[in-house]
Amino acid sequence: MKLVICAGPATTGKTSVLRHMIRKLIDAGDRVVFLKIDVQYAEEDEQFAREFGIPTKKVYSGELCPDHCNVMVLGDALQWANRTGSTALVVETAGLCLRCSPYVDTGLGMIVLEATSGMNLPLKVGPMLSLADVAVVTKIDRVSQAEREVFRARIQDVAPSVRIREVNALHGIGIDPLVDMVRSSPDAAGRMLLRGNPPVGTCTICVGKKEVGWQSHFGVVRPLENQVFYRGE
Amino acid sequence: MIKTITILGGHGRDGQREPVEQIELKMGDVASIVGPTGSGKTTLINDIELFANANTPTGRRILINGQVAPAEYRDNPARNPIALITQHTTFLADLPVNEFLTTHARIRTTDHSQVDALVGKALSFANQLTGEPILVHSRMTELSGGQTRALLIADATIICNTPIVLLDEVENAGIHRTRALELLRQYQKIFIFVTHDPRIALLSDYRIVIGGGSMTQVLHTDEHERACSVRVSRLDDLLSGLRDRIRIGGRLTAEMMEEFS
Ligand SMILES: Nc1nc2c(ncn2[C@@H]2O[C@H](COP(=O)(O)OP(=O)(O)OP(=O)(O)O)[C@@H](O)[C@H]2O)c(=O)[nH]1
Ligand SMILES: Nc1ncnc2c1ncn2[C@@H]1O[C@H](COP(=O)(O)OP(=O)(O)OP(=O)(O)O)[C@@H](O)[C@H]1O
Ligand SMILES: [Mg+2]
Ligand SMILES: [Mg+2]
Ligand SMILES: [Zn+2]
Repeated sequence: MKLVICAGPATTGKTSVLRHMIRKLIDAGDRVVFLKIDVQYAEEDEQFAREFGIPTKKVYSGELCPDHCNVMVLGDALQWANRTGSTALVVETAGLCLRCSPYVDTGLGMIVLEATSGMNLPLKVGPMLSLADVAVVTKIDRVSQAEREVFRARIQDVAPSVRIREVNALHGIGIDPLVDMVRSSPDAAGRMLLRGNPPVGTCTICVGKKEVGWQSHFGVVRPLENQVFYRGE
Repeated sequence: MIKTITILGGHGRDGQREPVEQIELKMGDVASIVGPTGSGKTTLINDIELFANANTPTGRRILINGQVAPAEYRDNPARNPIALITQHTTFLADLPVNEFLTTHARIRTTDHSQVDALVGKALSFANQLTGEPILVHSRMTELSGGQTRALLIADATIICNTPIVLLDEVENAGIHRTRALELLRQYQKIFIFVTHDPRIALLSDYRIVIGGGSMTQVLHTDEHERACSVRVSRLDDLLSGLRDRIRIGGRLTAEMMEEFS
């Protein structure tokens, strides 16, 4: 079973990239299933079921971090994919947390960033970028070649080992190398582990204490003038 | 070493095969792409820049020295032989001009000791094309349309310094077009100009005509046209003179019109 986990900030083009990728996988004989993980609203599952006639599901993470929700449900999802007789499970997840990352030790971890987003975006997305196998840069049709290349340099500066692929996800230009990467990625089977170490992020606000001010909390606390923290990876 | 680029025709917007099946551009060639608005000129140079291999909406293929382009052209800007100056007249990149150019020079060149010198040269090149100079500390997003264009041309010529340069409508945005052409033609490269301007079209060795998304003809500039070119350039210079007068707040007089007759 091939596994693709695709993350990225809102409206960067994740669905548009996956649409072309799924079409190419299906054309080459793969049986694809699709799972969307979002916080409280998503309709990609209905779109892809309609467009491709493939099994799809969505799950709302609700009170959970979407990346944690992914860890929770991925075992079930893989079983579901196996039951439907599929050869590839494609997961689109809302990359909202910016502290965690959803990728696991097998399969392909893919972040989608948009060339139009401003040059600091690669610096802001943390492990969602640094732990990915490939960074897909969309909307290259909207910027000059020079801006596209400077954006590439900004990604390389923070994540030197992540491969970069630039695409126009409207017209599906540049998708083939991504499909090749899915093909050559290690199969997902049996026990899977989250890539990297997630940050220690449980605080007393998570468990329901509402008082404002760090003095009212314990465990992980943060005064205004302290920027020393453990980042995870 | 780049010797040739070959464009293998795909299909037009109607899905029919393009009338022109193959064009080979040789080092040193200056070509234009002409055609009505919306005919597909930008699409053609985008195909070239993307090293299309039947994977764009036109189905065209681009060969370099007769071969499919190696993947590293797209994956490593320092190896990319093409600089494309797009039609964009605004930047979305929210960096100061010097940081943008420095970052670009760093990724485009292998010799990093040259970066500062390249950035300095690119800025002075750009400032020869604009009316009001570009300040190194201003943000890219603050530049005017003409300044943006000038900076992109300078960036392509000095920082990219590639054997193949593609320019989409250099005449737009009010930069010193003739100066830009003079500066550019000092370099031995393959130039492809998308243009609506007869002067630029006639300066080219040949022009590719686009209609309905297809390459419909390749016209070589013949002797008659070369003769026309001299007069076209003269008219164009006269018009530029009028444009410059108006720009600096001057007035036109009837005598000035005499020169046109
Ligand atoms: N011009 C251009 N537009 C694009 C490109 N990729 C995506 N878009 C547009 O960007 C918008 C968002 O694309 P989606 O694919 O829905 O983005 P997403 O990341 O799945 O968004 P969410 O799942 O809602 O977070 C749509 O209007 C797309 O048509 C591209 O390469 N070029
Ligand atoms: N061969 C083709 N097949 C399908 N669509 C095409 C083809 N060629 C061009 N198009 C589409 O036609 C539209 C207009 O093309 P393009 O922007 O290249 O025009 P242009 O000649 O550069 O116009 P302008 O002079 O206004 O800049 C685009 O949406 C493009 O995708
Ligand atoms: Mg989506
Ligand atoms: Mg155009
Ligand atoms: Zn999280």
